[in-house]
Amino acid sequence: MSFKISIDGKTIDVVEGTTVLEAARKLNIDIPTLCHHPKLTPFGGCRLCIVDIKGIPRPVTSCTTPVSEGMEVTTSNPEIERLRKTILELILSDHPYECMTCERAGDCTLQELAYFYGIKDNRLTGERRLYSKRDGNPFIERELEKCIMCGKCVRVCDQVQGVSAIDFGYRGFDTKICTPFERNLDCEFCGQCVAVCPSGALTGKAWQQKGREIGVREVETTCSYCGCGCNLTLHVKGNEVIRIDSKEDTINEGWLCVKGRFSYSFINSPDRLTKPLIRIAPKESSEFGLRPMGVRSSEYNSAVGSQHSALFREASWDEALDYIAEKLKAIKEKHGPDAIAGLSSARCTNEENYLFQKFIRAAAGTNNIDHCARL
Amino acid sequence: MSNVTIKVCMGPGGIASGGPEVISAFETELKQADIPAEIHKGCSLHKVGCFGLCSKDVLVDLIIDGKKTTYQYVKPDMVRQIVNEHIVGGKAIHEWLVNKDYYNFYRKQIKVVLSDCGIIDYDSIDSYITGSGYKAAEKVIASMRPEDVTAIIKRSGLRGRGGAGFPTGVKWEAAGKQVSNQKYIICNADEGDPGAFMDRAVIEGNPHIVIEGMIIGAYAIGADKGYVYIRAEYPLAVERLKKALSDAKNKGFLGDKIFGSKFSFDIKIKLGAGAFVCGEETALIASIEGQRGMPRAKPPFPVYQGLWGKPTVINNVETLANVPYIVRNGAEWFSSMGTEKSKGTKVFALTGKIKNSGLIEVPMGITLREIIYEIGGGIEGGKALKAVQTGGPSGGCIPAEMLDINVDYESLAKAGSIVGSGGMIVLDEDDCMVNIAKYFLSFTQAESCGKCVPCRIGTKRLLEILERITKGEGKESDLELMESLGNDVKATSLCGLGQTAPNPILSTMKYFRHEYEAHIRDKKCPAKVCRDLITYSVIEDTCSGCGACMRACPAKAITGEKKKPHYINQELCIKCGACFDVCKFKSIKRD
Repeated sequence: MSFKISIDGKTIDVVEGTTVLEAARKLNIDIPTLCHHPKLTPFGGCRLCIVDIKGIPRPVTSCTTPVSEGMEVTTSNPEIERLRKTILELILSDHPYECMTCERAGDCTLQELAYFYGIKDNRLTGERRLYSKRDGNPFIERELEKCIMCGKCVRVCDQVQGVSAIDFGYRGFDTKICTPFERNLDCEFCGQCVAVCPSGALTGKAWQQKGREIGVREVETTCSYCGCGCNLTLHVKGNEVIRIDSKEDTINEGWLCVKGRFSYSFINSPDRLTKPLIRIAPKESSEFGLRPMGVRSSEYNSAVGSQHSALFREASWDEALDYIAEKLKAIKEKHGPDAIAGLSSARCTNEENYLFQKFIRAAAGTNNIDHCARL
Repeated sequence: MSNVTIKVCMGPGGIASGGPEVISAFETELKQADIPAEIHKGCSLHKVGCFGLCSKDVLVDLIIDGKKTTYQYVKPDMVRQIVNEHIVGGKAIHEWLVNKDYYNFYRKQIKVVLSDCGIIDYDSIDSYITGSGYKAAEKVIASMRPEDVTAIIKRSGLRGRGGAGFPTGVKWEAAGKQVSNQKYIICNADEGDPGAFMDRAVIEGNPHIVIEGMIIGAYAIGADKGYVYIRAEYPLAVERLKKALSDAKNKGFLGDKIFGSKFSFDIKIKLGAGAFVCGEETALIASIEGQRGMPRAKPPFPVYQGLWGKPTVINNVETLANVPYIVRNGAEWFSSMGTEKSKGTKVFALTGKIKNSGLIEVPMGITLREIIYEIGGGIEGGKALKAVQTGGPSGGCIPAEMLDINVDYESLAKAGSIVGSGGMIVLDEDDCMVNIAKYFLSFTQAESCGKCVPCRIGTKRLLEILERITKGEGKESDLELMESLGNDVKATSLCGLGQTAPNPILSTMKYFRHEYEAHIRDKKCPAKVCRDLITYSVIEDTCSGCGACMRACPAKAITGEKKKPHYINQELCIKCGACFDVCKFKSIKRD
């Protein structure tokens, strides 16, 4: 069933179940909100999206109100704007004025709204919640003093990730977002919560002091960690990736995992291989066969790395591929195609995996093809 | 052979005053060898729920051959004499009987919901059935269509007794019309207003009336499952309700195919974990579902999408307790009581500075004056009435000048208060209205679920302003700020808790603005309550130098020689008022 409603004098037909906020967005009418996210269930906590609806004596939140036939909505008038300003004053009265040093400055919905509503002198100052930082996790920085209790992190953790690592705790002014028994955050660290946080309460630990939004270049790419192929937006400053997120209109709907979102330090690592290497030392002379038991991988890698030049030499792609082709051909001629086997990786894309098996079957001529994620 | 029935009040008031000891004293005394056998045979001892006038507990009704006499302030050591002189000897002990106050307390009351409280034995389903218990439910299921039941309730004009006053019949009708494979009825017994104990008393005194009301409601809307959401802080009510539910199940009044019909209905108890906000219906539903008790926006209303997304009717204890009586006596009987828009009776918990504090049931539309002076017996200690607080933390204060106001939904709302669930706190000249507002605000602030900004932070800021006013640090602009913020919190909060939280401030500011101004401008608390604004000093002319104040002072702030005027060191004084209370010569001045 569809309803005809009017918002600020503009009419629109929307299907039953649409909220007033969704209908307004279809008409490109902007309604401020801090707790709404199109992929999460409506919350109605921040109260900023209040609108007037003809026939209802009090303002209602547009994010929670479903449309009904003939509804007449006013999204802005002096009284509504005054109430929104009061709400923002209340939020800011319990928020540290640390925009100067906040990681989120420039990418903060609260900051944007405070600017838009010109909240300079707050009438409603008072006690602020003070928390000491004591979070031992490696990925997510939680600054609860900056939390505005919009509940997006709680909902995304439950409704998108299915983890429910956090929830509201305590009551009244002392309400806060808690882990069970207030222990350190110990979850998957997917960082979905960081992505939806509208303030500086949740940020990436890797982001700290790496640079804010000013002068940041966005580069769209595909995650190289697995075959899902999530779309990434790299935030690049100078020639360094300082942050990664993902846009909502991508195949992964903006959601990422811990690797895609936080594990990007390899990009600028000096240890990273950027060119093909061809072994120059004979195999027998190498004491770097398999990593011996009891040797940590980091120690092993640095030991190998320090002797790179003695074991390998850099080569161009053309040279490396020719070298491989030559070797494969020789093996095939001498031992037959079934002496060759291909093992593919889950970190390649679907298309790459397809091409690889095609190559092994058609070019190498064997069915000895397997994949590390087959088990 | 004479027939003797002894009924001892075992409401919490009765228990606290020694009810269980009185009962065992009766048991022991009645077993004495010198009690004639025929008296012993015809004698029965019953534990009953709240009589209403808790301040006179332990109350004992003695019914001999149908003639009732009531003893007040009964102690175990009085029992032997009562048994020997009254039960055996047939002569009442007049000095222990209730007096005029007691009868005046009941004279203006009309008992519907409480009609069996203090009469029947709450532990015995047979005691309830002996009256006309479960007859209404049986009749409804055997001979009426669900829509006819709803029609009776609608015609009676019964409105929700939990506070909002929504017409019960309309709610049932909406839920009844919903097509669903599952519907629920929930009894809201999460009574949390400070000073309110109506619902607790009903469940403790007559749990079966609530069960019967739920059966009728369930039949009317087509629900086969019911919940009683009751706070865990009511252990006595929970215990009695559990017993009542299991008795009703054993009799076939609950469970599969009840009363031998095709209709099945069962009730579960869900204990609340002490959150005030869980009295709000959507938070209550979330709590039953195992989630954090947090309200959600309405619509959708629970009658369309309630518990686990199914149509759900949530009624308050008192509302449901009215239902069996309406079915028994007819809609017209019920609507003959009360006013045009507020029908029937309402139970109030009368507390504060009132002579007869306790549980009362009055017809809607009775004046506040009748409640305070005729039922309540006036103000304690002959002081002057200042205001009556109704509706708990969501309500407001009605000043003494408006004492002739009718107590009904519309009149109280017009005066800036609400009927609410039925708390009624009487305030006298010694109460500071700013302090009262502060008390209620600190309650709502602590009980806010924290979900929405205006309630979580707005009430905190309001409380901070009140705190500074009572400390003498208030500014002239605070009044305007409080009024504006209070109205904004009301306008923008998500649920009823926040939408009504500023009421205690706004109503006291409306009627007692001068008290706020005195705190701010003169740095004085007219009622001499706010500690930071009062000073204690010795009136030298009348001080006898007895040293009583010096000994009473916990801060060692008072010095002086014997028989010479003493002196209070203001820097050390913690303003506890111990010297003021202890001085026999009224030589301590408080201002």
